[in-house]
Amino acid sequence: MTQSRFTITDEAVDVTAVIDKVTHRNAGAVNTFIGTVREMTKGKKTLYLKYDAYVPMAEKQLARIGDEIVRDFPDAEVAITHRIGELDISDIAVVIAVATPHRADAFEASRFAIERIKEIVPIWKKEHWEDGSSWIGDQRETTAYPGGSPEKGDIE
Amino acid sequence: MIRVLLFAELEERLGRRELQLKPENGLNVEGLRERLITDYPELQGIENAMPAVNEEYARADTKVSDGDTVAFIPPVSGG
Repeated sequence: MTQSRFTITDEAVDVTAVIDKVTHRNAGAVNTFIGTVREMTKGKKTLYLKYDAYVPMAEKQLARIGDEIVRDFPDAEVAITHRIGELDISDIAVVIAVATPHRADAFEASRFAIERIKEIVPIWKKEHWEDGSSWIGDQRETTAYPGGSPEKGDIE
Repeated sequence: MIRVLLFAELEERLGRRELQLKPENGLNVEGLRERLITDYPELQGIENAMPAVNEEYARADTKVSDGDTVAFIPPVSGG
């Protein structure tokens, strides 16, 4: 059975399952990035988060990030799972696994993937605090997307 | 009909995620956005949203026609 490598799920993320999608005999490194829910942001205490997504497009954009990585690192194998719904502090929001023959590429590619998620993947986070809640946008502190569609290279 | 999708704060301001709009000749993404701003003044922030047509990012001048799905994507905050 082929399981998609680029998925949005409303269930807890199984880190090992994401790693298993990329592990292979010629990999010398598997770099795993795990994004978790942080309690304190700029002195404000988060109680819980809600993530929402435009699921079919988000999965396509995750796959596009995989393609961009393979363009730069042809031997890379990439899998990304992002969770949506209500998440508590320390819950896993995203898991990125990148396998490459040599470690430097795996580090670089997984860093690229998380930065790119924050630019182009239609997923939104709503923070819930003791005194209210708000959708969070613009984490990279850029306004919208000046060149039309966000392009590869914007973060490099 | 054209299916319009709104997310995050746009969805909350409108009270729903989805709208159906009548197609018209020569309509593009920007024209559709202007129609929404006129018909739904509560959609503040839609001017900063990134348009997508049929699940791909689109330009302001991308044509939209019957059967298309147009999404307005506020600045994203995944990860």
